Amino acid sequence: MSAEHFTETPFGRKKQRTEMIARWFLGGMAAAMVVPLLLIVGYIVVQGAPSLSWEFLTTNPRLGGIRGGIWSALVGTLYIVAISLCVSAPIGVLSAVYLNEYAKDNWFTRIVNLAVVNLAGVPSIVHGLFGLGAFVYAAGMGKSILSASLTLSIMTLPVIIASTKEALSAVPISFREACWNVGATRWQTIRRIVLPNSISGILTGVILQVSRTAGETAPVMLTGVATFKAIESTGLFLYHPIQDQCMALSMHLYYIATQANNAPHSLPFGIATVLLGVVLLVNATAIAVRAYLRSRKKW
Amino acid sequence: MFPQPKIEVQDLRLSYGTREVIHGISFDIREHEIFGIIGPAQSGKTSLLRCLNRTIEFTAGATATGSIRVDGQDVRKLKNVYELRRRIGMVAPLPVGLPLSIYDNVAFAPRCAGLSSRSELDGLVEQCLRQAALWDEVKDRVDSLGTKLSGGQQQRLTIARALSHQPEILCLDEFSIAIDPVTTMRIEEVLKELKKTMTILLVTNLTQQARRLADRTMFLWNGEIIELDANEVIFSDRVKDRRTRDYVNGFFG
Amino acid sequence: MPPCLTHPTSAATHAKPKRGQVGVLIERAIEALIYLCGFSAIIFVFGIFFFVFREGAPFLAKLNLGEFLFSIDWFPTSQTQAKYGVGALIVGTLSVTTLAMVIAVPFGLGAAVFVSEFCTGKVKETLKVVIELLAAIPSVVWGFVGLTVMSPIIIKTFQVPIGVNMFNGALLLALMSVPIMVSIGEDALKAVPDSYREAGIALGATKWQLVWRVLLPAAKNGLLAAVLLGVGRAIGETMAVLMATGHSVRIPHSVFDPVRTLTATIAAELGETSKGSDHYQVLFLIGILLFSITFVVNLAADLIVKGIRKK
Repeated sequence: MSAEHFTETPFGRKKQRTEMIARWFLGGMAAAMVVPLLLIVGYIVVQGAPSLSWEFLTTNPRLGGIRGGIWSALVGTLYIVAISLCVSAPIGVLSAVYLNEYAKDNWFTRIVNLAVVNLAGVPSIVHGLFGLGAFVYAAGMGKSILSASLTLSIMTLPVIIASTKEALSAVPISFREACWNVGATRWQTIRRIVLPNSISGILTGVILQVSRTAGETAPVMLTGVATFKAIESTGLFLYHPIQDQCMALSMHLYYIATQANNAPHSLPFGIATVLLGVVLLVNATAIAVRAYLRSRKKW
Repeated sequence: MFPQPKIEVQDLRLSYGTREVIHGISFDIREHEIFGIIGPAQSGKTSLLRCLNRTIEFTAGATATGSIRVDGQDVRKLKNVYELRRRIGMVAPLPVGLPLSIYDNVAFAPRCAGLSSRSELDGLVEQCLRQAALWDEVKDRVDSLGTKLSGGQQQRLTIARALSHQPEILCLDEFSIAIDPVTTMRIEEVLKELKKTMTILLVTNLTQQARRLADRTMFLWNGEIIELDANEVIFSDRVKDRRTRDYVNGFFG
Repeated sequence: MPPCLTHPTSAATHAKPKRGQVGVLIERAIEALIYLCGFSAIIFVFGIFFFVFREGAPFLAKLNLGEFLFSIDWFPTSQTQAKYGVGALIVGTLSVTTLAMVIAVPFGLGAAVFVSEFCTGKVKETLKVVIELLAAIPSVVWGFVGLTVMSPIIIKTFQVPIGVNMFNGALLLALMSVPIMVSIGEDALKAVPDSYREAGIALGATKWQLVWRVLLPAAKNGLLAAVLLGVGRAIGETMAVLMATGHSVRIPHSVFDPVRTLTATIAAELGETSKGSDHYQVLFLIGILLFSITFVVNLAADLIVKGIRKK
């Protein structure tokens, strides 16, 4: 008896039809997210094309930002991302090591986990308020790259903790038990077996955070990123990290799109394209790193 | 008059949360004997071993009372627990190859203990791999990954690792579960040799294995010692408890 | 390899090594550092609350809580009688979020079901990557899209005068929250034991019947958590709503009215205040309000998620 035989009843046919409709409907929903994404990105790139050029990327903005290129904004973004990651990556990784390897199953650990979740849910503008109150004013750092970076590092901390925890718990517990059985201490086990074998997950998490940090505007607009800074010099060393404010791609886009007068039509689209390009590049790197390191899995 | 026992257990009670799994047992293990521990599953055999090397402490909610003395010292009161674990070799039922080279697998414990001289490590690694009956199969590829070995080879690697920190006491927890009979026989030969230099606790599901290897055997059931005696007694008609005889003869498992 | 003993000898063949004192001390120091970092999350959460509260606290003495929360008179820059009622702002936040969820939930959960149950292999991988990339788009870019792309489309399609309004913001928030919902929703569906699926298939159910009658009810906790996390994300979003919902602090009467959210208000107005002024302090208090709301929402979602992941 073939399968067709079973669907020959009216009820069976209706079931098949419902199945087909459902499949197409749900597929349509998935497509409804993908298609607009592609259209929007395409539109941005096309509209921004007239502004895009090598000079655009490598010269500094002039005239309040509406002429020239975006080099100092790119460099500024680089500064704040790098400094913030230098702070949040070590703290985040060690925090996750504590939670996954040392923490006992008690109320204190539950509170720490709660704090991480809470930290992750704080709105970005509230992080900006915190940075303003804590770093700019209370610590006296003023509006500066340092204030902005530290504000961002607190913001990225919970995600690094979460992804590192996931990477650590992917290492089977049988490895740890084997180490304890031969008299290795907790730290020796972590240093020699657990950390080296979770590095791919940790690295992926950190790289993904780079892309997220590069796009943030609200926390940095209050704490150290200016709408425009006239800078003559070129190269990488444009800013003093502790005293100076800087420009950043995200803020530049916001300013040009909403407040600048007489900016050429393609300018904000060009900035958005570059920002999307940076984000896409970093995410692609993270995915590639993850795939490569996974292929070299040792167990 | 027997010399002081190597291991003295007195009134050991173990609970996981509110569930007591070992109900106040006491027994001795003599130096240089192979001490067999048999009994059905969930009798507390593995938990007992874990109390000995204090890895029970990694299980949340596990509380133990009573004393376990090794060479007269209560292990639960020792400050340096890592030192203790190095004196005791533990072979778990399922083979585990650490994600390191075979060489590094065996050199792991000595390195953690502070040994770094390459020549000494070389000698130690070879000796342990020979003792575990693995050397001949891997001597040409000690730098290859330990996790890529077969199950039987990984179990012998685990034994080599257990020997690498030169323990005085070797605990084997159902070591032959994942390996073939031929390899099992080879390891049993090794154990008979090792007995000359260490004390061996053999937890096993295979009563015949205990019969072959052990000097004395203890029948542990539901956290209580049903009978402990020399092998000539346990595995013969002179066995005192009917339950022991039934278990040994395979009437329940 | 140097020649060595071929017979196992006594245990004392090699000298027992001893760990250096320095090694032990370094290990203790590192472990202390680890413990410290472990507590750091708690310190930072309290820190955020403390420093935001500190800047806004002086205003508390003059604050009438009822008026603050429920009055819709938001006139912070008035010379004569400044009023600080955030009622309209709260309505702004709630309305945009609710509309966003109405759009996002069916799409997000639908996509989660599709990816989890109807997709395999290459298609699934590609779709998952695309959704991940959707999540990576910065909010300022979304706001820009709302301002320049969606606004004219909305004006033309719906024949309304202003394109930056609640609807625009809600569309953006929906697109931004969907990836989280798909990811957690997928986890929730994956957590349903295969035995449910097998039982359903054995009874002759089609994929869709399986999903509708068996899997969705079984995964409803996780799906609820996914929605809550999406809500949390939407409430806290700043740049996209700042750029795309308009500047009108009023209770909206239609979805095409411009509104203002709590987050956008802080971002837009803080730059114009002087440190320590009433307006400045009130904005910080709004920050505390936001902090509390998102805390509750994320806490609820996390409690539910923990429930599923434990299984």
